[in-house]
Amino acid sequence: MAQFYFLDPYQPRASVVHRCDPRVKVTLALAFILTVALTPSGAWPIYFLLFALELAVVILSELGVSRVYRRALIALPFALAALPMLFSVAGTSLLNLNLGLLSLTVTREGVARFMSVVVKSWLSVQMAVLLVGCTPFPALLAALRALSVPRLLVAIVGLMWRYLFVLVDEALRLLRARESRSAHPPEPTGRRVGGSLVWRARVAGGMVGNLFLRAFDRADRIYAAMLSRGYDGETRTLPMPPLHAREWAVLTAGLCVLVLLMVSGLLFYQ
Amino acid sequence: MLFSPLPMHIPDGFLSVGVSLVLWAVAIVVVGYALKRVNADVGERQVPLMGVLAACIFAGQMLNFSVTGGTSGHLMGAAIATILLGPWAGIVVLTCVVGVQALIFQDGGLLALGANIVNMGIIGVAVAYFAHRTLQKLLGKWSGGLFVSGFISGWLSIVVAAAACALQLALSGASPANIAVPAMVGIHALIGVGEGLITAGALAFLKVARRDLVEVPQVQFVGGKAVWVGGLVIAVALAIFSPLASAHPDGLEWVAEQRGFLDLARDPLYEIIPDYVLPGISNEKLATILAGVIGALIVFAAAAGVAYARSKRARGSSA
Repeated sequence: MAQFYFLDPYQPRASVVHRCDPRVKVTLALAFILTVALTPSGAWPIYFLLFALELAVVILSELGVSRVYRRALIALPFALAALPMLFSVAGTSLLNLNLGLLSLTVTREGVARFMSVVVKSWLSVQMAVLLVGCTPFPALLAALRALSVPRLLVAIVGLMWRYLFVLVDEALRLLRARESRSAHPPEPTGRRVGGSLVWRARVAGGMVGNLFLRAFDRADRIYAAMLSRGYDGETRTLPMPPLHAREWAVLTAGLCVLVLLMVSGLLFYQ
Repeated sequence: MLFSPLPMHIPDGFLSVGVSLVLWAVAIVVVGYALKRVNADVGERQVPLMGVLAACIFAGQMLNFSVTGGTSGHLMGAAIATILLGPWAGIVVLTCVVGVQALIFQDGGLLALGANIVNMGIIGVAVAYFAHRTLQKLLGKWSGGLFVSGFISGWLSIVVAAAACALQLALSGASPANIAVPAMVGIHALIGVGEGLITAGALAFLKVARRDLVEVPQVQFVGGKAVWVGGLVIAVALAIFSPLASAHPDGLEWVAEQRGFLDLARDPLYEIIPDYVLPGISNEKLATILAGVIGALIVFAAAAGVAYARSKRARGSSA
């Protein structure tokens, strides 16, 4: 259960990337992901340039290259959904698989499409890991508000973040309580423990219902506390200071590089 | 991954830019409207209530139960949130959950976030809402109706969201439709059982602990007609787009054709509309589309007939 204490992905460092304005970081990260998405499949040189660009930022951010890369593998299982493309894209055949009745032909074009999807998703996830790794969540929310995400939604997400840890702790207490009530074989024996499936599901359902009740009550208390401190339905925040010239320069340079990569990808590899 | 047991969060890189942007637009419009509706209902309480409940759903996804051999059942939460809070608040809460999962835990991409909000937040909630309302009406008097309805709406919300996810992947050319849709729906038909059981279990607990939360007074089924029309439009649109989406023969079918066992797969039982192609129309694509449209219309006519008969009977008994 130790992993839940590391819920917050933010890693405090003193790097250049950490000190950069969150608005710049969010804009550039989104532009990067859009560029990756717009790059046609099979444009390997462009992928490599994007990867190099990202690697440079990862190194600058001092988050640790291997840590970022490990986390970026999180989307890998989803690649399974793209696996049929190996066989379904028509083209020169590379390999014939005979599985009983089924004969599958792997095509060169299929492999290229599949690998492109995997690489693109890995590059995009890496950027998201990087963004949240070096931007504290409140700064991220402030940036989203500045980028005209509805204030109400940002306020709700902000409050959600504030109470996420509290409710995760509640859920962990519920899990611990169930564990201490239930007899357990010391090692998983493969034998069924603790009643029928439906019974176990009902217990878990009861825990969910319980969590809901606690959340409802907590929301009431929070609302009362907010009211007594003068809450009137409006979430007020300090406006963010205007961007410095240096930050404008970083933003423009980054966007120019990305547009250049995007255009060359579309021109040469379409 | 820790918090989302469902392989339904689409990462970036899988959806085409066009599909992503269209779904973003849909998500923005619907969530914006939902925010307005919730604000009208609960006013300034909205921020604390929605925020804490979103955190609650998020934490609730950790509460699992072992199924067999190391796998476990989890919660997505669309159904339980919808049943307890109503559709608009459900959409807002699920949107926050999916958004934080994408933003913080890289569970689902940022460009694909619009699609994930549409699948889990909007489609999941809408399906759960209409399934629950319809079943509540049908099973109204029976005391176990609440649980059956909770189970079915939980299961359906997962399965339909998974189907939508597979269709988006197919539209983006990331996975052929005839493999992605059955595979996703098949897997989630199993996963959905866990969701349904937990939803029913939570309702059982809440019915004992807080009856007022789960037994909303029977209000008029607002927008029932609009839902039927909307569902019909979506079904017809799917029928029209599905043959166009797969312009070239898809993998498995192609293999089957090559091996010549496609004939074996054709069961005479399903020959009423042979291979979804109407006889007597020479353009094959047009015929497929027409067959799809007719099929959708028949299904809807049957469903509408049943609903009409029921409402007539209900009116007759109350008069």
